[in-house]
Amino acid sequence: MDINFTLVMQAAAFAAFVWFTAKFVWPPLMGAIETRQKQISDGLAAGEAGKQSLASAERRIADLLAEAKTRSSEIIAQGEKLKSETVDAAKQQARAEADRILVAAKAEIQQELSRARETLRNQVSDLAVAGAAQILKREVDAKAHADLLAAIRQQL
Amino acid sequence: MAAASELNPTSYIQHHLTFLTKTGESGGFWSVNVDTVVTSIVLGVIAFGLMWLVTRKATAGVPTRTQAFVELLIDFVNEQVKGIFHGEIKTIAPLALTVFVWVLMMNAMDFLPVDIMALFYEHVLHQRTWRGVPTADVNTTFALALSVFGLMIFYSIKVKGLGGWIHELFCSPFGSNPLLWVFNLLFNAVEYLSKPLSHSLRLYGNMYAGEIIFLLLGLWAATGAVGVIFGAVLSLGWSIFHILIVALQAYIFMMLTIVYVAMAHEHH
Repeated sequence: MDINFTLVMQAAAFAAFVWFTAKFVWPPLMGAIETRQKQISDGLAAGEAGKQSLASAERRIADLLAEAKTRSSEIIAQGEKLKSETVDAAKQQARAEADRILVAAKAEIQQELSRARETLRNQVSDLAVAGAAQILKREVDAKAHADLLAAIRQQL
Repeated sequence: MAAASELNPTSYIQHHLTFLTKTGESGGFWSVNVDTVVTSIVLGVIAFGLMWLVTRKATAGVPTRTQAFVELLIDFVNEQVKGIFHGEIKTIAPLALTVFVWVLMMNAMDFLPVDIMALFYEHVLHQRTWRGVPTADVNTTFALALSVFGLMIFYSIKVKGLGGWIHELFCSPFGSNPLLWVFNLLFNAVEYLSKPLSHSLRLYGNMYAGEIIFLLLGLWAATGAVGVIFGAVLSLGWSIFHILIVALQAYIFMMLTIVYVAMAHEHH
């Protein structure tokens, strides 16, 4: 083992190779590796963000669904209430109408009855007058006996 | 094998362990192990060229298999650096990657069978002597370790300032009492010297020993047919075990590089 000028030449070659590697080999490959690492981590982060936004969207959907459900049940309840109110009102109206009709009918009947009674009374009094005239064989002066006739009519 | 004259175990091993050295006019230090330099540069160009080809088609989208492989490597190194060094890693991480890949490639030359490669070197490259494993050359490991050592000093001064660094040399770890300055400096000197030494010699020793064991196993072939089979089986076993050593030494070398540079950033 003898040291000679080979050492200097090897050192020069070494320096040249180090320079070459540091200038032409290391930067592009390291750059490619780092770019890829960044891409991968970005992709993972984007995936994570997508997952989170999906979860929040699902939560919003659930919220909206729940709200829609409560609102629809409210509307249904309101409708039910309105329906029963309407029916009740109609029933009441119908009952009032019926009562009115009944009252009117009753009044009419009463009127008819009193009219019939009046007619009957007149006829009966006429009949009674006629009967009495026949019995008395003479004409009853209506005018003379008006008070009497009226009293009779009243009694009937 | 390749030895033309007499072939005995000593000449066989010596032949395999001889560098192809071109000596300059002044000789001595001014000689170059051509095999080490050429092999290591070819390996580096192949490895980093392939990685560069991958970067040209690199995409942040779905990566191809090759891109995924290189990214795996880069991410592995990046994680190691991040685990040790808490600071601006843009400069340290490519350094660690270069160290790891280059040392791994150079260590992996050990997998190639020594004698077949010797044939290749002799008949294709027309070189009698050629050592194929650059990290089994102490020049390579020292070059790397001293480069890291230089970076260590550089970052120490850059982070703490020249005054801060000198202050640290004299005043840590024992304290700032002037009586302790000598001991502090001695302690730091030992620490600074031991770092590149252990860093480089660990790798060199492992790879050199691995190579020698392959050569010793190759010697079995000289004892006949049984020896060939026996040597082949043992070589296979050592090769499989060597996979661990090759990768582990490259990993340790990278980790020590990161640790040393990271320590240079820390205040004591």
